[in-house]
Amino acid sequence: MFKKILIANRGEIACRVIKTCCRMGIKTVAVFSDVDRTALHVKMADEAIFIGSAEAKESYLSIEKIIQACKSSGADAVHPGYGFLSENSSFCDALTKAGITFIGPPASAIESMGDKIASKKIAVDAGIFTIPGTLAVVEDAQDAMKIADEIGYPVMIKASAGGGGKGMRIAYTQNEVLEGFASSQNEAARSFGDDRIFIEKFIARPRHIEIQILGDTFGNFVFFGERECSIQRRNQKIIEEAPSPFLTSGVREKMGEQAVALARSVGYFSAGTVEFVVDSDQNFYFLEMNTRLQVEHPVTELIYRIDLVKEMICIAAKKRIAYSQKDIKFNGWAIESRIYAEDPRKNFLPSTGRLRRYSAPSEVDTESLKIRNDTGVYEGASISIYYDPLIAKLCVWAIDRKIAIEKMRDALDRFSIEGIETNLNFLSAVMDNERFELGEFSTAFISEEFPDGFNYKTPDQKVSEYIAIIAACMQEIQENRNAIDASDNDLSNKQLKKVSVVGDEHFTFNFKRLNMKRFVFQRDTNDEFEVEIGWIPGDTLVSALVGNVKLNLKVKSTHGSITLEYREYRTPVQVFNPREFKLSKFMIDQPPVDVSSEILCPMPGLLVSLQVSVGDEVIVGQALCTIEAMKMENILRAEKNGSIKSISKKVGDTLAVNDVIIEFD
Amino acid sequence: MKEILKQLEAKRAEARSGGGTSRVKAQHLKGKLTARERLEVLLDENSFEEFDMFVSHRCVDFDMASNKIPGDGVITGWGKINGRLVYVFSQDFTVFGGSLSETHAKKICKVMDMAMQNGAPIIGLNDSGGARIQEGVASLAGYAEVFKRNILASGVVPQISVIMGPCAGGAVYSPAITDFIFMVRNSSYMFVTGPEVVKTVTNEIVTAEELGGANTHTTRSSVADGAFDNDIETLRAIRRLYSFLPLSNREKPPVLISFDNVDRVETSLDTLIPDNPNSPYDMRELIIKIADEYDFFELQEDFAKNIIIGFIRLEGYSIGVVANQPLTLAGCLDIDSSKKAARFVRFCDAFEIPLLTLVDVPGFLPGVAQEYGGVIKHGAKLLFAYGEATVPKVTVITRKAYGGAYDVMSSKHLRGDFNYAWPTAEIAVMGAKGAVEIIYRSELSDKNKINRLTNSYEERFANPFVAAEQGFIDDIIMPRSTRKRVLQAFGSLRGKKVINPWKKHDNIPL
Repeated sequence: MFKKILIANRGEIACRVIKTCCRMGIKTVAVFSDVDRTALHVKMADEAIFIGSAEAKESYLSIEKIIQACKSSGADAVHPGYGFLSENSSFCDALTKAGITFIGPPASAIESMGDKIASKKIAVDAGIFTIPGTLAVVEDAQDAMKIADEIGYPVMIKASAGGGGKGMRIAYTQNEVLEGFASSQNEAARSFGDDRIFIEKFIARPRHIEIQILGDTFGNFVFFGERECSIQRRNQKIIEEAPSPFLTSGVREKMGEQAVALARSVGYFSAGTVEFVVDSDQNFYFLEMNTRLQVEHPVTELIYRIDLVKEMICIAAKKRIAYSQKDIKFNGWAIESRIYAEDPRKNFLPSTGRLRRYSAPSEVDTESLKIRNDTGVYEGASISIYYDPLIAKLCVWAIDRKIAIEKMRDALDRFSIEGIETNLNFLSAVMDNERFELGEFSTAFISEEFPDGFNYKTPDQKVSEYIAIIAACMQEIQENRNAIDASDNDLSNKQLKKVSVVGDEHFTFNFKRLNMKRFVFQRDTNDEFEVEIGWIPGDTLVSALVGNVKLNLKVKSTHGSITLEYREYRTPVQVFNPREFKLSKFMIDQPPVDVSSEILCPMPGLLVSLQVSVGDEVIVGQALCTIEAMKMENILRAEKNGSIKSISKKVGDTLAVNDVIIEFD
Repeated sequence: MKEILKQLEAKRAEARSGGGTSRVKAQHLKGKLTARERLEVLLDENSFEEFDMFVSHRCVDFDMASNKIPGDGVITGWGKINGRLVYVFSQDFTVFGGSLSETHAKKICKVMDMAMQNGAPIIGLNDSGGARIQEGVASLAGYAEVFKRNILASGVVPQISVIMGPCAGGAVYSPAITDFIFMVRNSSYMFVTGPEVVKTVTNEIVTAEELGGANTHTTRSSVADGAFDNDIETLRAIRRLYSFLPLSNREKPPVLISFDNVDRVETSLDTLIPDNPNSPYDMRELIIKIADEYDFFELQEDFAKNIIIGFIRLEGYSIGVVANQPLTLAGCLDIDSSKKAARFVRFCDAFEIPLLTLVDVPGFLPGVAQEYGGVIKHGAKLLFAYGEATVPKVTVITRKAYGGAYDVMSSKHLRGDFNYAWPTAEIAVMGAKGAVEIIYRSELSDKNKINRLTNSYEERFANPFVAAEQGFIDDIIMPRSTRKRVLQAFGSLRGKKVINPWKKHDNIPL
């Protein structure tokens, strides 16, 4: 077995690999760039080596520097995690040359599967079902149009080297092919240094289901069922589960057999994932093979009770897989929610900065419930513009899907992050979505269910009342303290009356405070219910027991009005005493500041192109400029019709949040 | 007897009705509460005791003799805020436009005298068209009587002004003298001369809101300490502010029960200072994480953002905080920030509120505008204020403390009681590069040598140890334990007694 493993990665996956190494008694070496000096993976590893500046190509993508780090630390194996160098065959070769073991598949398999066009050819030869499309690289935009016309719309334009949604566009018209081809090519060139593009038929309303396989160096293969990864936005997965609520066991078997056949045909070993698109009749087509550990591997680990990283390490150490396919059975249901630093209300644009407050639900590992939070951050850590904005992967395992969803809702409720925008509310909204609950969805789920993007919802009467009750108690906890000094700590059991205003509704409460936490609300003389509030001023979460209903809310502000968040709801609550309430009807809402005549930069980034110039007439939805952040191109579009009055930034400028880029007349 | 009681009730009802239903309605339509309603929100329920309800003016000119309304446009009295005594006056715009007559002024003076005599703060709710023109000089005399009392009360009892409508001409000088001014957005304005006069004299065309609205006074002029969206929100904020203040200079600020843990460790502060010494960070995060329950009442947050001032509590005790803010102008001191902080330091010193100073200051802002604007004298205000302050003073240097600005920011040399530094602190005359370029001016052409010298200067001075060796820094503390250390320091200073040399008064460089 290896003595010391270097993890050529960062963030949660580096931490996750370190944990397994730790359990196996193997020493670990972390590598870090300039902006990761205080990162969690650096703290967790036995030793850490600095490998260069923040840009990935100077550090995490530098084969030379990583090999140097292996040599100086004496590591005898490297785990590449996912992303970065994980699917780079030259890295694999370079390690082998240096006498260091690559914990992953052979270079040849990486190479043949890494290229989407080449891998499709291999799949066809191995008798795997594939999607109609070109197997040749598209020459130019005209060629792209011609191919698209032949296959029939809609088509998918893909970067050959692409992954994670980068360099991928769907086109429904000739014009969109032209536009998509250009931007895919640009993005691909920038992200992967490879601008080869190909086109295939786009399967409408498909599901994205993948099979986890494992092979050893002795030619033994097993597969571990499937992961359902259909909940995606901008072609990036955000919620995954295992098993899929859609597949029959027969189809699962067939998919597994094809996945293993493909792996076998390229002499694969280590962990790998074969991705399929599945149409509504459970026909499945090979999409691509990921020759690495997947982001979403924990859901498989949870239902099969295995440690894929450990398996990878053992296989790399030339051990045999100790079980056969018939021994492999899954149990229960697992869901993963990817918590991203992004603003779901601004079309999921990345949000960077410092995690001022961060508190995650505690991990649980019992026979009936498992909560696992794979993360690479801590309170006080930063999400930089340089890397993937993934904050954490919150995973829940329970005996069935219904309970797993319920427990995931609860875990998300207890996850609180301040300092940057996150998609927590959005994930909660998905968990509460009826179609998601029924398991009836495709990769189009988000665009279908959230066609206008995500925005906080106004709570309905019932939720409003809970929020109103909790806010009234919180205000009393704050107020009461002001009214008493330290020498007279008497909660006095006096009768209280408060009015909570939530949106257009108001709720009048008569209640008593029993002690620091407990209150009794009186609806009528004979209808009382108890409320217990777990909150002290300053806490970012409030846990409440209203009657017998348990709720966890997030506290966003407590002065002026109390702003609370519950799942997809966010609302300020004004808690008044009856006198104040009587007078509150005279108050006039301040007019919101009109900023729609300006295009503000929604995130820190680089202005890569301007599609308009001063004096241009633009219409709603027209592309105005492109900003690149975290290697993603983001197109800012006009929110109203008008003409461009001024442009205050030029291409190449580095932009901060809310910098004015364009002004309208 | 019964008749007389009825008569009293009738008279009271008349006084309570103010300027009548139509004027009250007009007030409400503007989103403004009446003078009495405002007091209801400001004060604890049923705590208000009124003075001079039946006072009316004595003017006979311009048919005023037949036009009398009991109360004469201002409601005065006393009440409680969270059980603590306060004297109040609330101008009634529905009565003669809240204009100030001789008797109106007398009513205000009466409560101010009571406040002084009994040692309790005064809160004035201003909503007045100005002088009662019909009364001529009598009205002006009334203003001056109020000013005089504001001046004498300054530093004796806290005085808070809330501008909730117009406040123009001579009327502005009473709030100007008080300790804090708060405004209501889009319904209040303050100016010495209004838009019409401005237009006639200087040809400038501005609206009342642009000239003297809440936005102007919180962002440009710094006349106001804060602004809120409506009357209720404003008055509730005043109640909150009140909890930080003592009743008078003879008393200590109130101590509230704290739900927070005195030993709370904030590991996240260990990463607050960015790796790059030129990167900014938000000093507000440190303030909030030191404070009991993460609660910070900030003043003047939209003006001179390179310095932060406001109140927090530690173990329930009120503490005034002054902190450089690296997010704006790298946290340097300049004219505006020096003035802003100096006045706050003096307020805290006057009312026995201990001072916590958080330092990350690269120096004073250079430039022609600053020098011509008199940064020397304005900077000296802050220096003076810190130096004369005798309240407990605890200072934490988080990063840069360069040059004269180091001295100014509550240094040991200005009688700082506890001066702590984080390990990331750099206490020096200036940054390494600048220092080397001066010391080795003749060798500037030798880049390698300069680089080497810069590195060695950095090694020698870009740390807190040199200052600690000399005792200018009492200890170097872990960022994570800042709350605990600061809290303990203040705890040990509760018995502090320092008396400045006798003087009639000082001569701060105004």
